[in-house]
Amino acid sequence: MPVANIQVSETPLVLYALRRADDALILGHRLSEWCGHAPMMEEDMALSNIALDLIGQARELYTYAAKAEGNDNDEDKLAYLRDVRQYRNLLLVEQPNGDFAQTLVRQFFYSAFADLYWRAMMTSRDTTLAAIAAKSEKESAYHLRHASEWIIRLGDGTEESHARAQAAIDHLWAFTGEMFAVDDGERALIHAGIAVDPGVLRGRWLKMLSDVVSEATLELPQNDWMQQGGRVGRHSEHLGHLLSELQSMQRTFPGLAW
Amino acid sequence: MYTQALNTAEADDRSLEDVAKAAQFQARIDAEERIEPNDWMPAAYRKTLTRQISQHAHSEIVGMLPEGNWITRAPTLRRKAALLAKVQDECGHGLYLYAAAETLGASREELVDTMLAGKAKYSSIFNYPTLTWADIGTIGWLVDGAAIMNQIPLCRCSYGPYARAMIRVCKEESFHQRQGYEIMLTLCRGSDEQKAMAQDALDRWWWPVLMMFGPPDATSQHSDTSTKWKIKRFSNDELRQKFVDATVPQAQYLGLTIPDPGMTQDADGHWRYSAIDWTEFKQVLAGNGPCNRDRMAARRKSHDEGAWVREAAAAYAAKRAQRQTAQAAE
Repeated sequence: MPVANIQVSETPLVLYALRRADDALILGHRLSEWCGHAPMMEEDMALSNIALDLIGQARELYTYAAKAEGNDNDEDKLAYLRDVRQYRNLLLVEQPNGDFAQTLVRQFFYSAFADLYWRAMMTSRDTTLAAIAAKSEKESAYHLRHASEWIIRLGDGTEESHARAQAAIDHLWAFTGEMFAVDDGERALIHAGIAVDPGVLRGRWLKMLSDVVSEATLELPQNDWMQQGGRVGRHSEHLGHLLSELQSMQRTFPGLAW
Repeated sequence: MYTQALNTAEADDRSLEDVAKAAQFQARIDAEERIEPNDWMPAAYRKTLTRQISQHAHSEIVGMLPEGNWITRAPTLRRKAALLAKVQDECGHGLYLYAAAETLGASREELVDTMLAGKAKYSSIFNYPTLTWADIGTIGWLVDGAAIMNQIPLCRCSYGPYARAMIRVCKEESFHQRQGYEIMLTLCRGSDEQKAMAQDALDRWWWPVLMMFGPPDATSQHSDTSTKWKIKRFSNDELRQKFVDATVPQAQYLGLTIPDPGMTQDADGHWRYSAIDWTEFKQVLAGNGPCNRDRMAARRKSHDEGAWVREAAAAYAAKRAQRQTAQAAE
């Protein structure tokens, strides 16, 4: 019995949960690629820890999305049986690990946002999302602290680390705009007090970034052209490869329990 | 994850030590007292332990690779999280053990460099490849099972920091072992394809796992001093037999066949296994296992590619210290 892609009825609430779940899973997966290969054992531990937090968040969000959808889907079907065009994550989180600087800058941009976002979501009228937010906020605060400390060390470390950190910032900057974008479905959820408007977080996000980046003797790019598409399934070429690996067992042995 | 009996014979150095101190030291060992880092100890005791603990640490770190090979392909999110947490535990064991080795006066950098230079050993089991998901279950069940068998007695090892590290490590290993067995149970209750996958993994891992306990007692060169110092409390063959006796019923419960047609059960209940192919063991130890080169290459690559990060952290720490000194002087 070959299992094709599942179909998901993307109501605004389902889509909302799915987008955040996909962010967490894809970034968690990327970080898990470091396990056993980090520059020092402490970072094998730290990056795995962060990956575990994110995968945990993804599982809760997928489970909630499946429940909100009310069909036969579950966390594993949502993770393993949707193709690239059905994934809804930010382009930022699917970008390859690159060197350690690229991984940490990606994490820094995301965690600075996630920390503010989950804190704001704690007052969501949706009690499940508020509960997930309460847990995720604590985790994100720690992720942000870890990433910020590294940005400072890399930026204000050696000439080489400075150059690599700056290159990573320049490379990944164009993927940050998507975090603040809102579509009509989300606007309705914001209006209903279920979601928060990410736009109002941007000022504080930028301030957090600027403070760390300047302490790191680095600079944020002036270029404000932003890539978009992840939220509607128009991804970079990288995501397909990630998914083919992530989903290989479920695609090779359809319908089995593991 | 695990260290095996790799120690080589240590020259008896009592002639170089104060004979009275050596006698006192042995008396403490005999009285089951723990030796602590600042206590006097024979140079050979220090050397033996440094080597054993660091080999154990290297094994934990290299051991992350075969299982890490499946983190990105784990079949469900629950399995993915559990495997990632498990491999992270192995790293924690490595760190913990390097710290224990450091209490003997070695530095982690120096020990890691020795390993990367190919001059230190690690458990040969990690030189075998993980080909299917069932290998992840089998490693947890058998490799961690063998590790526990070896490490439980080390919780009473005469050297305090090592013994205490083993207590914590064994608790985690025991959890890993149950997790591995649960993967096997799921496979064995699954489709024919899954059962075949489980059997194939057992077929490939069984003999290498038995080799984890080290060479047979008759040919083992060095157990004497380790036993006298209460670093080692059971012989390789004793531990191997305990492991086989514990594992056979587990395999039977799974409905799997141990790939040893000659295996028989004694009247006293012990399972007698066939002769082990020690040529293979020696070849793997000599660097000719299926993955020796890949494992070392992976460790060296991470180390080399991470050099600039470690340098950056050190440079930043130096700058910060300098700033603080300058500030204090103002």
